[in-house]
Amino acid sequence: MSDLVVDVLTGAVRGGTAIMFAALGETVSERAGVVNLGTEGSMLVGALAGYAVAAETGSPWAGVAAGAVAGGLLALVHAVMVVWRRADQFATGLTVMFLGLGLTSLFGAAYVGRAAPGFDPVKLPILGDLPVVGEVLFQHDPVTYVSFAAAPLLWWWLRSTRGGLLLRTAGERADVLHVHGYRPGLIRGAAVVAGGALAGIGGAQLATAYAHAWFEGMTAGRGFIAVALVIFAAWRPLWVMAGSYLFGAALALAPALQARGESLNQFALDALPFLITLAILAILGRRTLRAAPEELRRVFT
Amino acid sequence: MLRKLIPLALLAPLIACSANTTGTTGATTNSGGAAAPGKGSPSVGFIFVGPKDDYGYNQAAYQGSQAVAAAFPNLKVLTAENVPEDDNAARVMNSMIAKGAKIIFATSYGHLDAAMKVAAEHPDVAVVQQGNLITGAVPANAGTFFGTVYEPVYLAGIAAGKATKSGKLGYVYAFPITQTIDNIDAFERGAQSVNPTVKTYAVSTSSWCDPAKQAEAAANLLKQGVDVITQHQDCTATVIKATEAAGKYTVGYHADASSIAPKGWLTGSQWNWGPLYVDIVKTALGGGFTGSKYNANFRVGYKTGENPFVQSPYGPMVDEATKSAIDQAREGLKTGSPFAGPVKDQDGKVRIPDGTVPDYTAIEKIDYFVDGVVGTLPKS
Repeated sequence: MSDLVVDVLTGAVRGGTAIMFAALGETVSERAGVVNLGTEGSMLVGALAGYAVAAETGSPWAGVAAGAVAGGLLALVHAVMVVWRRADQFATGLTVMFLGLGLTSLFGAAYVGRAAPGFDPVKLPILGDLPVVGEVLFQHDPVTYVSFAAAPLLWWWLRSTRGGLLLRTAGERADVLHVHGYRPGLIRGAAVVAGGALAGIGGAQLATAYAHAWFEGMTAGRGFIAVALVIFAAWRPLWVMAGSYLFGAALALAPALQARGESLNQFALDALPFLITLAILAILGRRTLRAAPEELRRVFT
Repeated sequence: MLRKLIPLALLAPLIACSANTTGTTGATTNSGGAAAPGKGSPSVGFIFVGPKDDYGYNQAAYQGSQAVAAAFPNLKVLTAENVPEDDNAARVMNSMIAKGAKIIFATSYGHLDAAMKVAAEHPDVAVVQQGNLITGAVPANAGTFFGTVYEPVYLAGIAAGKATKSGKLGYVYAFPITQTIDNIDAFERGAQSVNPTVKTYAVSTSSWCDPAKQAEAAANLLKQGVDVITQHQDCTATVIKATEAAGKYTVGYHADASSIAPKGWLTGSQWNWGPLYVDIVKTALGGGFTGSKYNANFRVGYKTGENPFVQSPYGPMVDEATKSAIDQAREGLKTGSPFAGPVKDQDGKVRIPDGTVPDYTAIEKIDYFVDGVVGTLPKS
């Protein structure tokens, strides 16, 4: 039993990391006042770019960098549309997502089944040997270790730096920025692009460290999970981190039980992550919106 | 869902641009249905559920369509990738028929309903479906065909049963359809035939290709001590790479992937559709489709001819004793079956009595895991 818990927690970190990057990216975007439903698309282009560049250059780190660039570029489309053209955020986001899906199935065909170097799990010295914690946290791929720092860093940056303050102000009271001579549109646009870049890193992690493969549509809705997650994590990076692992755990439970021969219906297990989301959203109800950045609430209501 | 929507958008131009060469077919009529289905067709259409280069099921079917193109240089071969398993498939097939195709191959399991609909609307078109079963009366212009995939899987199970040290084999599968259940059962029975206490742990991903779910499935199987992993997925690289990285053995499916598992590759099963496709097209072109063996639920295996599903080459770890055990078993399949009785299910109940050799149709109705498989099928 305890063995099952360890496996599910390990799987939670393994499978939650890509979601976490995407959700942190969405947090950056939404804290600046822009919902980006194109996150799924940014993850996908990040996954393809990451895998393709790793295959071409032989360096998975170059792949991660390419994933960030690709995810950011796709998000730039969203930024241009909603920040400068004032287009509807939801319609644009969905369209951008489909654009990512279409582009990657078009250009990705050559990389389906192609071999590429990827990240292998690295057991950290000392930490990796700790009982339970060692296995759950410290026997993963290097990108996952980067993710451990990403959420606390973002939390600190948003809270304690001038850049973070400007970004939050763009999301809360954009007119205040105007008064002080800043251009909120520029800040928002930058936040959307940075968010897309983070989602792209998530996609690259999925392809080069977790699945070690590219296949069209391989993110399978993880970008949308990330968007939902940001809402119920009340736009807070550390809660986003916890929520990502909760999703990771829900995804890890089915294979962990099945590999033990436990008799549970596979379709019921597969519905679990989404049932959890619905349950949390139902429990929080309108309370979720109370925590929303002011400018974002205008988008939602 | 999303994967279903976007390919449609990409598909429209694909179909449109292959329209130019068959401009003279406007005179075609199907009055009275007197014409033999497919006779003298100027072109033949193939629809695939996935991309033609997935290194798996769809690529193999696509290669089969190219074998048809090579065998009949005057025939125009129309192909459409990423055709969803719903009414859109009927629309794609109809547009091929509008371009003159009187022979249609619907190559995915879930294309059957649409294929039957199209067959009913066009009595002069021969519609064959790959892998599913027509229940009830078979129309004069339709049929299904398949190899006995579970036979080479049974042989690969022998290699797995010989190679395992832990006595635990892993099977990553998508959905509990009969084809998959047959494969898992045959794999376990092949392994059991040389290693009576061996178990096969079955883990599902509920997707034909979700590499992240595959990675999680493989990680959990490996953690449980499984040391040979095989799969029934449309994309196969993730599971194979995870197994190889862990220093364990791989049994392949769909294609020879020994290049990504140079150390752990045992053997596998792979497709060779060309000869069968060519023969079906030849039969229909000649006007002899109705009443032929293809105007039925046609199945071919070691007992009846050339199985389009063949065993993959061996990897370096397979010893001579294993190879000769497999050769012997292959000979045995010419008269016997992986499911020659007694076959017990997971509860120990005898499902196929001692001395009974079930035919191909009976095997495709097996809806239970055999004794030795660890895992649960959803109750229907």
